[in-house]
Amino acid sequence: MTRAPVLTVTDRGLFCPAGDFHIDPWHPVDRALITHGHADHARPGSARYLSTDLCAPVLFHRLGNITLETAPYDRQIAIGGATVSFHPAGHVPGSAQIRVEVGGEVWCVSGDYKTEADGLSTPFEPVGCHTFITECTFGLPVFRWRPQAELAAEINGWWRQARADGQTPVLGAYALGKAQRLLCLLDRQRGPVLTHGAIETTTEILRQQGIPLPPTILITPDTKIADHPGAIVLAPPSAFGSAWMGRLGPITTGFASGWMQLRGIRRRRGGDRGFAISDHADWPGLNAAIAATGAERVLVTHGYTDSFARWLTEQGYDAAPLETRYGGDEAEADAS
Amino acid sequence: MKHFAALYTAIDGTTRTNPKVEALAHYLSTAPEPDRLWTVALFSGRRPKRAATTTELRRWAGEIAGLPDWLVEDSYAVVGDLAETLALLLPDSEDGTDGGTLSDWLTRLAALAGQPEDIRRAAVAEAWSHLGGTERFLFNKLITGGFRVGISRKLMTRALARATGQEEAEIALRLMGDWTPATTTWDQLILSNDMDADTARPYPFCLAHGLDMAPQDLGPPDDWHAEWKWDGIRGQLIVRSRQHHLWSRGEELMTDRFPEFAVTSDFLPDGTVIDGEVLAWADNAPLPFADLQKRIGRKTVPKKLLAEAPAMLLAYDLLEDGGQDIRALPFAGRRARLERLTVALPDTVPIRLSPALPFTDWKTLADTRATARDQRAEGLMLKRADSAYATGRKRGDWWKWKLDPLSIDAVMIYAQAGHGRRANLYTDFTFAVRDGEALVPFTKAYSGLTDEEFGQITQWVRQNTLQRFGPVRQVTPTHVFEIAFEGIQASPRHKSGIALRFPRMARWRHDKTVADAGTLDELKALLALYG
Repeated sequence: MTRAPVLTVTDRGLFCPAGDFHIDPWHPVDRALITHGHADHARPGSARYLSTDLCAPVLFHRLGNITLETAPYDRQIAIGGATVSFHPAGHVPGSAQIRVEVGGEVWCVSGDYKTEADGLSTPFEPVGCHTFITECTFGLPVFRWRPQAELAAEINGWWRQARADGQTPVLGAYALGKAQRLLCLLDRQRGPVLTHGAIETTTEILRQQGIPLPPTILITPDTKIADHPGAIVLAPPSAFGSAWMGRLGPITTGFASGWMQLRGIRRRRGGDRGFAISDHADWPGLNAAIAATGAERVLVTHGYTDSFARWLTEQGYDAAPLETRYGGDEAEADAS
Repeated sequence: MKHFAALYTAIDGTTRTNPKVEALAHYLSTAPEPDRLWTVALFSGRRPKRAATTTELRRWAGEIAGLPDWLVEDSYAVVGDLAETLALLLPDSEDGTDGGTLSDWLTRLAALAGQPEDIRRAAVAEAWSHLGGTERFLFNKLITGGFRVGISRKLMTRALARATGQEEAEIALRLMGDWTPATTTWDQLILSNDMDADTARPYPFCLAHGLDMAPQDLGPPDDWHAEWKWDGIRGQLIVRSRQHHLWSRGEELMTDRFPEFAVTSDFLPDGTVIDGEVLAWADNAPLPFADLQKRIGRKTVPKKLLAEAPAMLLAYDLLEDGGQDIRALPFAGRRARLERLTVALPDTVPIRLSPALPFTDWKTLADTRATARDQRAEGLMLKRADSAYATGRKRGDWWKWKLDPLSIDAVMIYAQAGHGRRANLYTDFTFAVRDGEALVPFTKAYSGLTDEEFGQITQWVRQNTLQRFGPVRQVTPTHVFEIAFEGIQASPRHKSGIALRFPRMARWRHDKTVADAGTLDELKALLALYG
């Protein structure tokens, strides 16, 4: 007799029948386990939530007054017939992979992850499992990131040049994770870091939970750019082209996203510069992470699933695409 | 190649015109002369000899990177540019050395053309292992050709003018024609005073803007000349030194494709250049564009086709008369000379004066315009009687006053991702009309929506895919678009039996459902009226 799978996909999300819970459901459920606080993974309306303790402040901020239990990384928790635990995913601060064990069979849901340590998020740790459900946002061999230090030097060089040209550099980045990662990479010898409200809010939440982050200055209606010589501005992609940006005076724009690896997308975004810096694993990262799990079966979601599953099959894995709705919001993925 | 790479990075790094022109002008005044010449050649669409086919490049890159062919293809479909795809797939370079100037590389590539595959593969692999980042991408671009880097002809002309202190119009004229870096030098092409060497050299075409105001705002009708805007190939016929040359607007030499014009050198005096429209022509009227199309792709023309679709030049303008460049004369004066010249030609010479459409008030002219489809014309051209023949597209003197397009509401049924700037966005759609319960595909369209709309439809396509056929996704028939087009033809090659000319998406009809979409019968009625 074949056993029921540890996890299945329902119309609400990834579901564990043995524990009667969902992971990152896209519709409200009774009990939701959350890998991290990005909007395509943490959605409102569920009766009970479970996340890492590091992830909790962002969840409260984004989902309001929810019923939330938390756990540190690695702690085993019994839910019904399943044992679950959270493990670092290295994606953003507090992000986790979720390990689910039922009757000795282990599955792991990667959530979003990257393998390079960014100096801010708890670094990715491979989780041994039989079945690995992995994201593959950048699951094509054209996506290979350069080391973080090189990209940091490039961004700081752009900042220096902008200052020499009398322009204020405005760097576009997703408000949770990417913005704070960049904040840590910016060379503050050059000047202060000004922020858009959406980024300041998230940054302040992370600060309050004890994550050390460099100082930032929130841009208010009274802020005069001239009072902050040499400043760089961090703004979410949604602010680009808005009236808010019009008030910044002469600017030069840059985007920080894995998609900036591709010239076509760089040009479409219309920014002056693109920096291919991502919180998702690149091609070598995905392949290495999968190998490290020791999994025989790999289900791939969210990204170039068909190509990546075929590649993994040719490498000897039992691999298949898994239809989910993560990253369905590709506009958001554009900012990954 | 570092200097060329720096130029490329500067141009690619901005969307604004002036910094691009500045970077290019700087390069064109400082780079070694052979590199300048090659840069001008590349940016004006002149390709070096191919050292490898794109199929070979894909195979070699896949082998070196240890990737199966299909994965190289899948990557290409996402990146949308082969040179870039291969540059990204290949292992990091060992040292990032430069390997010489742009012209050094081009000379090496030229020497490879025609060599056995193992020699070419080894040379390309060697280059890939040394060149890093942008240099590697540009090296691939040099092999694959098609250097589109956001520098239009106009911008390059401006940069050259700035770099050499010459007039833009002068530069534009110098760049025309059939030169390659092998047949000329920087000095000869750009600087020398002796420009007469090339007897085949065409003049830059004068182009019109679409009329975007009420015609009566153009002023008194007397100031204007009206004629049909023919739907063929814009061409320039040159007779010099007892030889004729026919150029397309895209600066392609079409002389051999249209042998009927060989007689013109017997009847037109030396030093004659006529601007006109090449049409397929029979019984004193144009044939449908589809007939002309059969001849466009052919280097040589079989007799049968010559008889079925004989070519005719409808003459619009005279640019050179008796060896004199008369582009600065008023249009009315040039036209008078053109009339004298063409009236003297026997009927056996395939040149006709494009008839003037005299009018005394704009209302009458609007009525004439409404009958353009009966003439197989796209609408009207309006030319200011005292205007010079300008270089390129200049506002104010020449206007296209085209007919409103035909249109039909259609359902999107397939979607495919675009290339280049539109990589990763679903932009290429197949549309269907209703035929009873069935949906019959009848056209593709790629343009007409904003980036934001393409973004929305892309998300929707991802979530509503029924089936995939390689890069093509079949989607749930849901969205209705108004498809505008300029003409409609019967076509046995298409399932629907019709083919459209210049189809594009005029509007996304959020207010309509599949049940409101147009029908095959409606299309057939349009075919009967306008086909």
